[in-house]
Amino acid sequence: MIARLLPSLVDGVLIGVIYGLAAMGLTLIFGVMNVINLSHGSMIAMGMFGVYALFTGAGLNPFVGVAAVAALGLVAGVLVYAVAVHRVRNAPHLSGLLATFAVNMILMGLGTRFLSTNFRNVDFSLGSFALGPVTVTGTRLAACGCAALVTGLLYGFLYRTRAGKEIRAVANDRAAAELVGIRSTRVLALSFGLGTSLAAVAGGLIATLFPFTVLSGGTYELKSFVIVVLGGLGNPLGALIGGVLLGLVEGAVPIFLEASWVPVIEFALFVLVLLVRPQGLLGARR
Amino acid sequence: MRRTLPLLACLFLASCGKDDSASKGQTLLVGYTASLTGKLSVESTRQTQGLSLWVERVNAAGGIKLADGRVLKVASKFYDDESNQDRVQELYTRLVNDDHADFLVSPYSSGLTSSASVIAEQYGKVMISAGAASDSNYAQGFQHVFQVYTPASRYLVGALDLVSATAPDAKKIAIVHENDKFSSDVAKALDAYARAKGFSVVLDEGYDSSTTDFAPFLNKVQQSGADAILGGGHFQDGSTFARQLAEKGVKARFLALLVAPPEPGFGELGTAALGVLGPSQWEPQVSFTAEAAKAAGVAWFGPTAAEFVEAYKAAHKEEPSYHAAGGYVAGLLLEEAIARAGTIDGEAVRKALESTDLFTFFGRSKFDASEAAHGLQVGHEMVLVQWQKGPAGKLLKQVVWPPQGRTAEPLVR
Repeated sequence: MIARLLPSLVDGVLIGVIYGLAAMGLTLIFGVMNVINLSHGSMIAMGMFGVYALFTGAGLNPFVGVAAVAALGLVAGVLVYAVAVHRVRNAPHLSGLLATFAVNMILMGLGTRFLSTNFRNVDFSLGSFALGPVTVTGTRLAACGCAALVTGLLYGFLYRTRAGKEIRAVANDRAAAELVGIRSTRVLALSFGLGTSLAAVAGGLIATLFPFTVLSGGTYELKSFVIVVLGGLGNPLGALIGGVLLGLVEGAVPIFLEASWVPVIEFALFVLVLLVRPQGLLGARR
Repeated sequence: MRRTLPLLACLFLASCGKDDSASKGQTLLVGYTASLTGKLSVESTRQTQGLSLWVERVNAAGGIKLADGRVLKVASKFYDDESNQDRVQELYTRLVNDDHADFLVSPYSSGLTSSASVIAEQYGKVMISAGAASDSNYAQGFQHVFQVYTPASRYLVGALDLVSATAPDAKKIAIVHENDKFSSDVAKALDAYARAKGFSVVLDEGYDSSTTDFAPFLNKVQQSGADAILGGGHFQDGSTFARQLAEKGVKARFLALLVAPPEPGFGELGTAALGVLGPSQWEPQVSFTAEAAKAAGVAWFGPTAAEFVEAYKAAHKEEPSYHAAGGYVAGLLLEEAIARAGTIDGEAVRKALESTDLFTFFGRSKFDASEAAHGLQVGHEMVLVQWQKGPAGKLLKQVVWPPQGRTAEPLVR
């Protein structure tokens, strides 16, 4: 039984860390500014296309390309914040939802118009290796490694740097942070940029594994919501754990049931957590 | 004189009208949708290119010649359906009501065609279904839809025959297929055929059309110890499945996938494509000839395979796949039926199609005219291709089944 389960669980954990990274972007933005970012999916798709363009256009190794995509994501996020989110930062939840939803629709529309909805593929392989009953593909392992590295860097940034501490301070209490001289607008813009950058990096890593279209971000945005609810809204570590859990579910369910049951079980879990433990497994920590 | 002038004028106008139609001829409009974008864009673009080539060539030859001497020019109108079933219904309704299409050609894929078939039937328009193999579409009682392809139920049975003949000890098969109408029809027929032939079906499972991560299936297939993996769906998922199977190093002696392998672009997968089998409706190497048609006692119509390949290559700078050939033949079958009916009256052409039995470069075409399976293709036969290494190490598509049409011996992976 273990031999049957192990390969799927390993695959699940490896992809789960990447899901977790995407969800971290969503939860960081919510934690700092109480905005549920509905443009998350299109940012993931932008990351996918960024890596694809650098790989096919400039022949850049996709795992190097991800670093450029992270920087571009940061800039794009700050821009979206300035254009759409800044005005509604103090408005009720619905305004933030609608503003980011509008950004999403614009980006999707532009993407469909100029990039079409045809599938793209980053044709890059690192082969595979076997460890007992488990065969791991190189790209999956490298993508997971990159996601873990970015997670580590994010934690280092949030806990070891002044800017990171300011983000945490604004997340805890924006008014109090402003009173001690923290310029909250700058912090909010940076947080939105970071959240977007994480989504773009996750998208870029996913692009090294699977084919994608302009509309593929939506699938991973939905997964991000499930993960964020699992881990606790506003808690980046919870998002990582939630991501791994979701990956495990995706790996384990097809062993016992047909793979088409995976979304049913994922969303049943989503509803169950909302009913039984609405604060998520790790609770919201701001 | 006052009375005779208007009468003369009327007669003059009437004669003008008559002369006009006789000299310029009529133009008939063929309407269809193409998936220029979305999941089915690769196959659909080929089909559209084939159909457009037919329109160009039939017009360049003067048009469709009717028995009474009239000559019909062909115009076509199409929209992008985005590989989306809802768009198909909307667009076919527009083609019939706003564009006044005389005849319809189906979109690519069984799923989209089932939507278009409802509209064709509702408005009583003859529709040639070009790239739609699903059997179930022809069990709905539709009277106006005629299938070009060999039906889905016969797609992969040849692959199993090849497995039996090449490696009689290979008894375990895994069926992993897309969960759409066409691939499910193929898998159902394949499962029944495999069990009847004494194979053990160790895995039979469908995947969602939007699947991009095949890891769960790869692990299951690997653990099942299958000798042959059969299934797939369309180009996008099939090529992804083949790539991930190779990347993960899943060993199976045979891998046969639907739709993707016959497409020339499949060879770009490199080693992941090596040894992959695929059922094909037509290949350039398989040449049906007028002599073969005569020997079978059936009429021949249209260009030879060499002429089609040459014209297609000149227009599109690539080898035609069976999707391209299917698009061309859809036009050709319509042309022959209109010419035989001697009119563009839908009912007369429908009757002519019911009695169609002819050979083209694509092979034989004959439609079931019974109530139970009206429009189902009963004349056409498929071949099986395999990607093999050529003399210069380049991957080449070879015909490996049936044995009498073989261009190379089958390769066991």
